[in-house]
Amino acid sequence: MNSTLAALPIGGSARIVAVGGERSFRRRLLELGFLPGISITLLGRAPMGDPLDVRLRGCRYSLRHHEAEAIVVDVPPNGTAAAQ
Amino acid sequence: MSLPIIALAGNPNTGKTSLFNRLTGANARVGNYPGITVERESGTWKMGDRDVEVVDVPGSYSLTARSAEEQVALRSLLGLDGIQRPHLAVMVIDSTQLVRNLYLTMQVLEAGIPTVIALNLIDAARAEGRMPEVERLRDRLGVPVVPVSARTGEGLDALGTEVTRVLLKPELGRSSSPWRYPAAVEADIRALDSMVQASSPDEARAMALWALLSLEDDDDLLGIPASVRVAVRERRQAAEAAGRDLDAEVIAARYRWLDQQEFVRDPGEAPTLTERVDRWLLHPALGGLAFLTVMGVLFQSLFSWSDPAITLIETAFAALGDLVRTRMAEGLLNDFVVNAVINGVGSVLVFLPQILLLFFLIGMLEDSGYMARVAYLVDRVMRGLGLHGRAFVPMLSGYACAVPAIMATRTLESRRDRLLTMMVVPLMSCSARLPVYGLVIAALFPAGERFGWLPVQGLLMVGMYVFSTGTALLAAGVLGRTLLRGKRMPLLIELPPYRMPRLRTVMVQMWLRARSFLKEAGGVIFVTTVLLWGLLSFPRLDLDPGLSDPTPEQEAEHSAVQLEQSYAGQLGRALEPTIRPLGFDWRVGIGLIGAFAAREVFVSTMGLVYGIGADVDEQSQPLREKMGAQRHADGSPVYTPLMGMSLLVFFALSAQCMSTLAVVRRESGSWAWTGFLFLYMTVLAWSASFVVYQGGQLLGL
Repeated sequence: MNSTLAALPIGGSARIVAVGGERSFRRRLLELGFLPGISITLLGRAPMGDPLDVRLRGCRYSLRHHEAEAIVVDVPPNGTAAAQ
Repeated sequence: MSLPIIALAGNPNTGKTSLFNRLTGANARVGNYPGITVERESGTWKMGDRDVEVVDVPGSYSLTARSAEEQVALRSLLGLDGIQRPHLAVMVIDSTQLVRNLYLTMQVLEAGIPTVIALNLIDAARAEGRMPEVERLRDRLGVPVVPVSARTGEGLDALGTEVTRVLLKPELGRSSSPWRYPAAVEADIRALDSMVQASSPDEARAMALWALLSLEDDDDLLGIPASVRVAVRERRQAAEAAGRDLDAEVIAARYRWLDQQEFVRDPGEAPTLTERVDRWLLHPALGGLAFLTVMGVLFQSLFSWSDPAITLIETAFAALGDLVRTRMAEGLLNDFVVNAVINGVGSVLVFLPQILLLFFLIGMLEDSGYMARVAYLVDRVMRGLGLHGRAFVPMLSGYACAVPAIMATRTLESRRDRLLTMMVVPLMSCSARLPVYGLVIAALFPAGERFGWLPVQGLLMVGMYVFSTGTALLAAGVLGRTLLRGKRMPLLIELPPYRMPRLRTVMVQMWLRARSFLKEAGGVIFVTTVLLWGLLSFPRLDLDPGLSDPTPEQEAEHSAVQLEQSYAGQLGRALEPTIRPLGFDWRVGIGLIGAFAAREVFVSTMGLVYGIGADVDEQSQPLREKMGAQRHADGSPVYTPLMGMSLLVFFALSAQCMSTLAVVRRESGSWAWTGFLFLYMTVLAWSASFVVYQGGQLLGL
């Protein structure tokens, strides 16, 4: 089921389907390895709900909710709490 | 004979700076890259039988760029536009995050740059069970690969051996770059590789790829020929029309190859120690508490803990001045040596305790990995001001002193963020304003007075901090939306693994910052102190020769007259019409001129002006009484509570500090921005004081 990174629950994992957004920012994401098929986990959110704390390929990054909405992910059907 | 040059390149947070310090010791030099204000650190690596020059390339995740700052990595690796070309690159890799780190290395290898790979943090990778397959890396990449640990010194000799081998025989460090791109991408490369400037076919290929991925219609890249821009635009438009995604094709091809090689056994997704620590440090409530504690310590140390060292420097220079004053023949030379030279050196060195402390603390925060968490935690707030979360530490430091705070803007990546922070930090109420606030508040508002149940004096003091913070935030909001409006850059920061800070790295970096302050801002501050001394001391007025043994009162009286007819005194009088609407007379004008040396000098200058002598502080009762007794020509008192408010507002907002201006000049590299800072703050201070004083009078206060 397709969703976006921004809509994942905290602790939830999904596979990246597509990365969108403004070109140079998108390129930076791709170059860090945000590529289709790669698993991504939302670890948490900053105190005021934004930005997000995500794990990808064993590395941690922070990006804002707005940009995370442009990252389309495929949530596994058996729920999202796969990343324990 | 110039030494062979080695570029040390890699991702941020790989321990590259540690390795640099290990190799070069403390003999590094800090300079700037030509054309932009990005620091360039270099030093000599003594490798037994030969010396080489090591250049620390700014950390980056990729060579592709959109700004001139990001372009530095490419320029320094290929030796473009006035930068000397390195003989070889040492790629510093965080072994615990191997694949992402290798992405940058692939770009460097493609360009045909002789390369040695240093697998840093190898001890951490071993401990975490993420040990890279070293033999396979050597085999597939075709260049020397050396496991090292900058922390323990492991592998550094082997690194030296490989570097020497490749220096003697560059072919050993060149890779065949065995990864492939889709045919359509190869066609794009062929269309461009004859147009780009390059010294070899490999480099031409790499530059063509770089241009295809980097160039945009509104980028800020330097030195790109128009013909290349046109060709890139055509190829990209054609690719788009064909439904291709050029950026993803290239980047995915590289990662696909990397993933296929299985250079590291998959460590699984088990939460690391860092993630477990972050459950506490980034916890919505506990994380906030931890953040406040860390920032509280930082602030407290700048504000209070640096005080003994500052007092020591001030006392030592005062003692030295006294010693020289009494040992030397009286006269102009004595005055010059004591009040201009010794005082000038003292006024530079007095900044060192706070600069050393701040850069020590920043170093610890950066090196431990917490600085990225600071940016993460405050991003939501700072974004409203148009600033990056990393600007928080410089802004906070501004409450102690603008000089180290402005130097701390170096930790910001974009020039626009650095400039914006520099333009508003001087509005923060620094500790040098405190004595001025103290004097004015104590002299004009009686100690026992209360507003409701709150003491007026305390209320005013707190009010000044609220006022200055509010103004600084407002100024950031306004400047960030007008003069310094930048393309809104989305946030993307790495939250690196926590590591134990390396004291040695932190100390070396701290020392380099302090040294560059002494060398580059110290001179300006010294010269300005001497100039100010000249303004306050000339033309000379000799003590009445009839007085062979003047009393202290007579000496103080003479100093007041001397000051009154000095150039500063004349300037104060000339300024009076402009500051009269603010409620100030020419004597206050002299105080404002004196305050340029440092704001707290206002207090001792007023002591001189009123014939009490320079040896006063804000607690001085005679000074308070003298101020209370001052009258305008029409007989009305000069110092009224309203004038006091006007003076407080003026001091809160004006750029009354030559050291701040000297450091802004150094950090921005621009006289225009320095001039703008001075002008806008002066206009702001004048207008606000005008409104307070004139408005107050209209209201009959």
